[in-house]
Amino acid sequence: MNDIPAKSEKLRLHIPPHRPQPGGHADFSYIHESAAGKVKRPEVDVPSVKTHPLATRLVRVLDDDGKAVGDWDPRLDPETLRQGLRAMMLTRAYDSRMYRAQRTGKTSFYMTSTGEEAVSVAQAMALRPDDMLFATYRQQGLLIARGYPILDLMCQVYSNAHDPLKGRQLPVLYSSREYSYYTLSGNLGTQLPQAVGWAMASAYSGDTRIAAGWIGEGATAEADFHHALTFAAVYRAPVVLNVVNNQWAISSHQEVAGGDEATFAARAIGFGLACLRVDGNDFLAVYAATKWAADRARANHGATLIEHFTYRAGSHSTSDDPTRYRPKDDPQNWPLGDPVERLTNHLIKLGEWSEERHAAQEKELTQLVRDTDREARSYGTLDEGPHFPIESLFEDVYKEMPWHLRRQLKALEGGQ
Amino acid sequence: MTAMSMVQALNSAMDVMLGRDPKVLIFGEDVGFYGGVFRVTEGLQKKHGERRVFDAPIAEGAMLGAAVGMGAYGLRPIVEIQFADYIYPATDQLVSEAARIRYRSAGEFCAPITVRAPCGGGIFGGQTHSQSVEAIFTHVCGLKTVMPSNPYDAKGLLISAIEDDDPVVFFEPKRLYNGPFDGHPDRPARPWSGHPQAEVPDGYYTVPLGQAAVVRPGSAVTVLAYGTMVHVALAAVEEAGADAEVIDLRSLLPLDLETIVASVKKTGRCVIAHEATRTCGYGAELSALVQEECFYHLEAPIERVTGFDTPYPHALEWAYFPGPQRVAAGIRRVLEA
Repeated sequence: MNDIPAKSEKLRLHIPPHRPQPGGHADFSYIHESAAGKVKRPEVDVPSVKTHPLATRLVRVLDDDGKAVGDWDPRLDPETLRQGLRAMMLTRAYDSRMYRAQRTGKTSFYMTSTGEEAVSVAQAMALRPDDMLFATYRQQGLLIARGYPILDLMCQVYSNAHDPLKGRQLPVLYSSREYSYYTLSGNLGTQLPQAVGWAMASAYSGDTRIAAGWIGEGATAEADFHHALTFAAVYRAPVVLNVVNNQWAISSHQEVAGGDEATFAARAIGFGLACLRVDGNDFLAVYAATKWAADRARANHGATLIEHFTYRAGSHSTSDDPTRYRPKDDPQNWPLGDPVERLTNHLIKLGEWSEERHAAQEKELTQLVRDTDREARSYGTLDEGPHFPIESLFEDVYKEMPWHLRRQLKALEGGQ
Repeated sequence: MTAMSMVQALNSAMDVMLGRDPKVLIFGEDVGFYGGVFRVTEGLQKKHGERRVFDAPIAEGAMLGAAVGMGAYGLRPIVEIQFADYIYPATDQLVSEAARIRYRSAGEFCAPITVRAPCGGGIFGGQTHSQSVEAIFTHVCGLKTVMPSNPYDAKGLLISAIEDDDPVVFFEPKRLYNGPFDGHPDRPARPWSGHPQAEVPDGYYTVPLGQAAVVRPGSAVTVLAYGTMVHVALAAVEEAGADAEVIDLRSLLPLDLETIVASVKKTGRCVIAHEATRTCGYGAELSALVQEECFYHLEAPIERVTGFDTPYPHALEWAYFPGPQRVAAGIRRVLEA
């Protein structure tokens, strides 16, 4: 006699429902944010298990009135805040310009980071300029905050004769050794174990630089994410691992990646890594969380997984139309607001900014981007050229061009 | 000079490079404390420390991903994949990442990684411990692919691979680890000692990538082989009583086309032998190249002797393996055509 029943009910396969309906209205009732200032800030050297309760909370500093509250407030001076605001506004102005450039056929493709500027800009500012960044395609704000020339970004997007990457990469897949920004991949997630490897190398070499890696919530399903967490934990790599949960992976809502079952920050728990979950549209909270994780890594306490809870206000890329898979009024109703507006309000509350200065800066940056774009286009665009010369097609495949590539180049030049 | 097996020669190459270059480090499954399942890294952790030679979790994709990051930092990681059959989980990091880093960053970053992987059959390893997967990687631009056939070449080629600024996939024919194998499983196994190519310098030397070796001169037919099949080809030539020239390619990409072309233009006949499956195997590329370069010198169709297009079997291993009999038959067909 055993207790295994001979009959039981039929099994049912659960397919996550696509809740946000294109014809309907925004519904963010699934979000339960913590109030600003409520989450306590642990010391950076606590055992990782002490951070695990934070996986289901949300670190927030800016309250609804634009005041900075609680012990996560990084207490940045107004000049630093204004710098951050400027970099976020420049990122937005740049995005808007390049989005239009693609729409008018000047390049093949573009991806905006609208609504997610705090994640990249505040993080770049909380890290040292020579910490190595392994980003995704939606962290252009990292480069902009580090002062990378807008002109070079544009030339890359136009794949023109001044493109630092010789016209080889899809627009927005930047690379800059000088700015400690690793070459971007179009294959999602691959950069995360690379960030861990770089951090291991830095530790191996007795360096003081750390690495930071980014991944979207959708791509956390890739093996690379789990590889990165395993290696980061096993070797206590000095790395900050960031999941940018912008709710959307093209048309798939975050529950398709398993977001309904547990938060993305909670993925760290099984690996024994420290974790934080932060309001990604709160510049101060993102800055404070990043600084905490960076300080922890730099002090040889290992890696932290940070989930940045944010919202992709625009389309995935210039190739999709969000109104086909989510309500039209979704972006305006995101309960955690807009990162630029929230930092602006905070600065105004502090008496360190004004509507007039804001309008003037907006105008100035729009003009700057327009003028830079004019110069970038003078070096060529994807549709009209000029591009890099034909031999560049065969260069850099290997350090030295092997005979078979020399032969193929000769054949191409000879019109074969 | 010391008589070394291929295992000892590979170990010596890594020992030399760990000693010469602080940027060299080794990791992989069981390579640290234990010294590898084939003993290729034996003693290296003890001698050079845990920091330089360490065990990795069972995640080939993670190993390659981490190696790409280390390469970006400026290190020269050597990754051991325990069996070539286990390399597939690492292919995205190898093919889409390591191989493309230099190109996509316009030369700003590179991936000076050496991936070592025991390959090939002949040890009753079944389908997951016997594969020859080289053609998957020769097809990928940005990678170099190497396979030695003896201890001297193994050490010199591995040092070249470690020093190379591009990613190199280094396949080690596991049936040759402890002795030459000519494809006669019924005969007693021979050790490397006494073989001329087992005399290996103790210190640093290189065998450059991209240079084939004529291991047996001849004038009637050219036999192209690499890895274990070099020894099988030599046995087959003797058994066929043919005046054959046997070329050990050593490095598949870059390929030493000049040596191949000079030989086939001389002999007018060509047999290609590899252990890997036939369709789209590396022999197909070799056959195409020989045809393009030597068409007017060819006196017979090019013959391929390869593994069959089946998974590598267990019980029927020797039916699958392209042994000396099949290679000899191929040589005879080409000579009689």
